[in-house]
Amino acid sequence: MRNYFRGFGAVFYKEVLHVRRDPATLFFSLVIPLLQMVVLGFGIDTNIRQVNTVVYNADGRRESRELLDRLKNSDTFHIFRYVDNDKDLNDAIVAGRARVGIKIPVDYSDRLIHNMSAQVLVLIDGSDSSVAGQAINVTTAIGLDESLRRVLADRSTFAVDMRPKILFNPDSRSPNFLLPGLTAILLLNVTTFLTAFSIVREKERGTLEQLFVTPVRPMGLLLGKLLPYLGIGFAELCAIVTFMRFVFQVPIHGSVILLGFLSIPYLFVSLSIGILVSSKAKTQSEAIQLAFLTFLPSIFFSGYIFPRETMPTFFYVISYFIPASYFINITRGIILRGAGIAQLWTDGLALFAIGSFLLIIAARRFQKKVIMA
Amino acid sequence: MATPLEFAPQLAISANNLVRRFGNFTAVNDVSFRVEKGEIFGFLGPNGSGKTTVIKMLTGLLPLSGGEALVEGLNVRTDSESVRERIGYMSQNFSLYYDLTVTENLQFYGRIYSLELARLKRRIDEIVQLNGLEPYLNRLASQLSGGWKQRLALGCAMLHEPKLLFLDEPTAGIDPVARRQLWDLLFELSGHGITFFVTTHYMDEAERCSHVAYIYYGKLIADGTPNSLRELPDVQPQGTFRVEITTPEVTRALRFARQIPGIRSATIFGQSIHALIDDHFNLDDLRNQLLKNGIAVAEIRPLAPSLEDVFVELTYKHQALLEASHA
Repeated sequence: MRNYFRGFGAVFYKEVLHVRRDPATLFFSLVIPLLQMVVLGFGIDTNIRQVNTVVYNADGRRESRELLDRLKNSDTFHIFRYVDNDKDLNDAIVAGRARVGIKIPVDYSDRLIHNMSAQVLVLIDGSDSSVAGQAINVTTAIGLDESLRRVLADRSTFAVDMRPKILFNPDSRSPNFLLPGLTAILLLNVTTFLTAFSIVREKERGTLEQLFVTPVRPMGLLLGKLLPYLGIGFAELCAIVTFMRFVFQVPIHGSVILLGFLSIPYLFVSLSIGILVSSKAKTQSEAIQLAFLTFLPSIFFSGYIFPRETMPTFFYVISYFIPASYFINITRGIILRGAGIAQLWTDGLALFAIGSFLLIIAARRFQKKVIMA
Repeated sequence: MATPLEFAPQLAISANNLVRRFGNFTAVNDVSFRVEKGEIFGFLGPNGSGKTTVIKMLTGLLPLSGGEALVEGLNVRTDSESVRERIGYMSQNFSLYYDLTVTENLQFYGRIYSLELARLKRRIDEIVQLNGLEPYLNRLASQLSGGWKQRLALGCAMLHEPKLLFLDEPTAGIDPVARRQLWDLLFELSGHGITFFVTTHYMDEAERCSHVAYIYYGKLIADGTPNSLRELPDVQPQGTFRVEITTPEVTRALRFARQIPGIRSATIFGQSIHALIDDHFNLDDLRNQLLKNGIAVAEIRPLAPSLEDVFVELTYKHQALLEASHA
């Protein structure tokens, strides 16, 4: 049996030289993800606050003004305009200036005073479902609370008192929720691109063909090309976690070492995807397109943006085959919930299995499509 | 149908009935040839005729669909890895790493062949001296001119002291001086017993080879020394000879010459016409006929067929055979 990894050292060293010769690529691959973090971390707030609201208060007496104050104090609604007819109320929503329109009828105070049921019309723009959902919940809750307050003189006599307590991320800070998930996407992004590029570049140059006429073995060649990028991926992870902790003040409740350890199978997954991309793509621009294609499912079906549990069954099943699903559970688990290996070993094992499987498939395809092409 | 291969120590390559199919397309069709050690073997043919495919088969890059091949005594089907240890290969686009220096390129290929450190150092020194690369050692490969890139690529291909080198269009796109220097180097190395398998488009390069073969759409239609090919009956049919007619008015002369019965074919070469004419044709008659039509003739003299003539004649004949078989 000949050395299965022949040529590994030579290829590894050469690849390190390439990276050193091209500091711009290294710089961008490390810095651009941090910029993406800045944009997402500072720019996006998933909490729904201060929704633009237009009000038509036909009643105008004390009771109606009290109701509006309570809506304002909820922090969900920002009343930016008062109108005095139905048409203007409608127009503001159709034009997109307001998401919510509230109409208090002329007889609101009268009916309350006479112990009759008073109606309030709440128009909600349904084009953004999360805003709509929040508006329904908050207005319903305020209506219910207002009713109870009028029926019962003393609020402490409520029969059931729900006391919700958010365990992790108690302030519902968006960066805490977004950034651990983003870590998984960014790592995938950078390492897949770098690997695919390093192989496709040699294809374009013709040096790959040259290598195949030498005694270098496919595994030696692949690992020699992968490991430097595994190193870069790891450095990237360290930079992201440092940034997350000290710039965005996301508290890390679990073990950073465990996070580093569990990232290795995940990095192997993304490197293997890079090889698969390169076995298909003939040019670097083709590689970019193909790589983006592989990112989309990782972004949408991994639970990074939309919770996996709310997906239709078909996509929920698919999400089990997406490596980012497991790594996002790992990053959120370690960073937000302080989870340890006892809670996360199944995710680690799944990544290890997917990583080994993909690496074998990638090596085979590489041999078949690239060497024999 | 492939005849079994016998091992012959004087042969660098023996290929028997090689076949390579891609789907329904047969890129290499029943090709057999032998290359002796120390030869410069010129492998010619139009683009897309299967030259590179044959090289890929002999270097173990492409599995054979049929036939057998021994390279340096090793079967390419079963021993392709050992074959790769013993051969060198230079592709037509000089497969260098442009962002590495000359030294780094050499070191990389040396390590790939697992040369131990002392030998790698000695070989790099030898190659640098042989190819005159000293002034460029720390230059990036991308900054070398075409000729120097080619020398570096050749150097990288021979670091591990292969006895057989495959050069795929080594002189495509480099200047005439570098071309001449490369051939001088090839002759010197072949004097030391190294075998070269060279593909080229240049007929003058073909003339320099000790052994040439011509592949035409997957079929080998000529194989031998340049001189033996010139004497092939298809090239020089019985009862004919070749002449070179030098004239200032080649175009008119050609049009006229093609109408004269007894002239079988005529082609322009620079300021002259090469014609294949019947034995009984009198050269003075020819001169007179041309003069009578107002075409000045500087000289008419007998000529041996060039390799280009050889390949043109063989191609015509092969095409005629193909058309006949289709009809």
